[in-house]
Amino acid sequence: MTDTRDHLLSILVRDEPRVLTRITALFGRRGYNIRSLSVGSTEHPGVSRMTIVVSGDRGVVEQAIRQLEKLHDVVRIIDHSLEKYVDRELVLVKVAITPESRVEVRQIAEDFRSRIVDVGRHALTFEVTGDEGKITAFIEQMRPFGILETMRTGRIALTRGSNADIPTHVYHEGETQALQPTLEVQPREERARHVPNLF
Amino acid sequence: MADNGKQHAPHRGDMTGAKALWATLANHGISTVFGYPGGAIMPVYDALTFYPEVRHVLTRHEQGAAHAAEGWAKATGEIGVCMATSGPGATNLVTGLADAMLDSVPLLAITGNVASHLMGTDAFQEADITGITLPITKHNYVVRDVEELPLIVAEAIRIARSGRPGPVLVDIPKDIQLAAFHGEIPAPHARPEAPAPSPESVERALELLRGAKKPVIMAGGGSLDASAEITALARAWDIPVITTLMGLGAFPSSDPLWLGMPGMHGSVAANRAISEADVLLGIGLRFDDRVTGRVSGFAPNAAIIHVELDAAEIGKIIRTHVPVRGDAKQAAQLLAEGAQPTPRPEWKAQIEDWKSRTVTPETYGAGYAVKAVVDRLRPDDILSSDVGQHQMLAAQLARFEKPRRWINSGGLGTMGFGLPAAIGAGMAEPGVRSVVIAGDGGFQMTAQELATLKMYDVRNVKICIINNSFLGMVRQWQELFHEKRYSEVWLGDSNPDFIKLAGAYDVPGYRATTAEELPAAIDAWLSDPKSALLEVVVPHEHGVFPMVPAGAALYEMIETEPVRSPDLSAQMQDAAEEASEA
Repeated sequence: MTDTRDHLLSILVRDEPRVLTRITALFGRRGYNIRSLSVGSTEHPGVSRMTIVVSGDRGVVEQAIRQLEKLHDVVRIIDHSLEKYVDRELVLVKVAITPESRVEVRQIAEDFRSRIVDVGRHALTFEVTGDEGKITAFIEQMRPFGILETMRTGRIALTRGSNADIPTHVYHEGETQALQPTLEVQPREERARHVPNLF
Repeated sequence: MADNGKQHAPHRGDMTGAKALWATLANHGISTVFGYPGGAIMPVYDALTFYPEVRHVLTRHEQGAAHAAEGWAKATGEIGVCMATSGPGATNLVTGLADAMLDSVPLLAITGNVASHLMGTDAFQEADITGITLPITKHNYVVRDVEELPLIVAEAIRIARSGRPGPVLVDIPKDIQLAAFHGEIPAPHARPEAPAPSPESVERALELLRGAKKPVIMAGGGSLDASAEITALARAWDIPVITTLMGLGAFPSSDPLWLGMPGMHGSVAANRAISEADVLLGIGLRFDDRVTGRVSGFAPNAAIIHVELDAAEIGKIIRTHVPVRGDAKQAAQLLAEGAQPTPRPEWKAQIEDWKSRTVTPETYGAGYAVKAVVDRLRPDDILSSDVGQHQMLAAQLARFEKPRRWINSGGLGTMGFGLPAAIGAGMAEPGVRSVVIAGDGGFQMTAQELATLKMYDVRNVKICIINNSFLGMVRQWQELFHEKRYSEVWLGDSNPDFIKLAGAYDVPGYRATTAEELPAAIDAWLSDPKSALLEVVVPHEHGVFPMVPAGAALYEMIETEPVRSPDLSAQMQDAAEEASEA
């Protein structure tokens, strides 16, 4: 297990019951470690998008992708490490304040373009969005004042550029019907692959 | 088929979900369903009476239904169908589904469930079967709308059969079975064509083969339907062929190029050839650990070409130098077309030497008995096995000229698989003898399926029990790796009289206890016009060799049975008796 690092995957899935379980169970059973997971709906009805950060070497990630591709509910997988992407995470950070530190804490937050979302007598809660580096830096800056609580949403990502990650041909001729939870399913071979074509 | 009192109602009347299910199955050419009724699937069984074109086979346990459907599928290459009620009925299918998953068997499992409004309330006989079977099915469904039921069933059949086959489960709540259905019954999906291997990958494979001095072909369960192409490929290149446990029959055993089975109980020739090869062409296999032995010692000198439909299997266990993703049939054909056979006299001579080291069981024991039985088989006969020593002996000693004549539980190693699978295979091909070799342990896990034989008057199932009074394979491991502490493997005192047991189901029984009795007993057993049982009582302590101990490399195999101290038999008997007294 050399070169173990985090890999950011976007997994487009049919929005059906138990899909999240299917995906996470696959990771669990095969021993791939999920570092962060976020799920939300997409612009297409019937399709949800998961961003999973999985740690492991290249081989582990490729195996994870191939196992995921076999799942009937998986429409498409994007391995963001193979191209340029933007990623963000939203964090709520509750920082202890004293009358003396209040101004300094607010100043740091402003430098990070962070918003105050809650004001307490002894604490301020900040909302920060950004990539991992920015969030880590923000937390490190606040740590000396006393961090009471944090909550992170997990990372989300999109490929840079004007291409949509769900190509139109996934949809047959009609707009969204193919990925509605009806049963007309695109043959797997026709689904676009974003993993390296080894074959 | 005996008339089991089924009411053939000509008028199908108002369509319900249950009727739509049978209509869809019938539309897909499903002729036989193995199952067991219960409360939550009663509407389906009621609707069955309106569909006489589908035969339902009542097994005596849902596990038997699943394995029978597997036997059907493995013998024919077509999808097997099994059915159960909710809760305990559904969970009894689980072992069969896991078995089908690991052996890539196309299987459709239909389960009833409690009514939709009761699901999730821990209702009577409720189990979350889709949750339970999530990791052991290719896909599974809960039907939530009756109008979708036939579409889901059609889709499930398509998924089970397409690509790398596997089991799919469709769970149908009772209210959906009863609901009025107004839609159309769908026609079957066209079978999708397997992807063709890329020309580049084939060219790279050909390059490797052209330069090979010690090439070997290894064919697995995914190559069974490419048997003709693989045979042509091997002969065109003059390359020896190894068939895995699941691939037995993919290459004719009578061909001089055949080296036998690889792996833990593989032949000397197969395992040595893998260890020495410079190019290994694997077709339709997944490099199971029972095949590879210690992975770091597997084919240490070989460049690996891996032809495989399932991309996830390429590089999963063994580093692959040339992946060829696609259909085994097409790949083998393309590789045969590019054949440039070069004489490799040294490699051939080496292989002939290894082949001469085949162990033939000479003294009376499990191996001797298995050999006596399999030597009597005709090329068309289907041979099934249960799981254990007799399975490995049968795999080593039986000879297969064509595919789909060997049915066993490879990946999951399911004891109890043999009898129901042989019944399923025997029903799929009623004109063919369906012989099953079982041990005294495994047979008793599903022995109740003798009743299925009786009920349907199946006449072509021949059961052979190799009775050594032990759980033989575990005993062998205890002998080799646990200093002969025979913990909980002695069955002898509690075994039934197998002849009487069979007789209780009107299945005639024969018995042999010595080498002298064996030929006549086999003849009488095989020539009995009915399904019949043969019990061969063998000495307790025989092992299966060659053997590669778990964790060892293939070249570290133990070729022959270790010489025992003279009093070993007595020691084993004592140990067994102590164990049974304690």
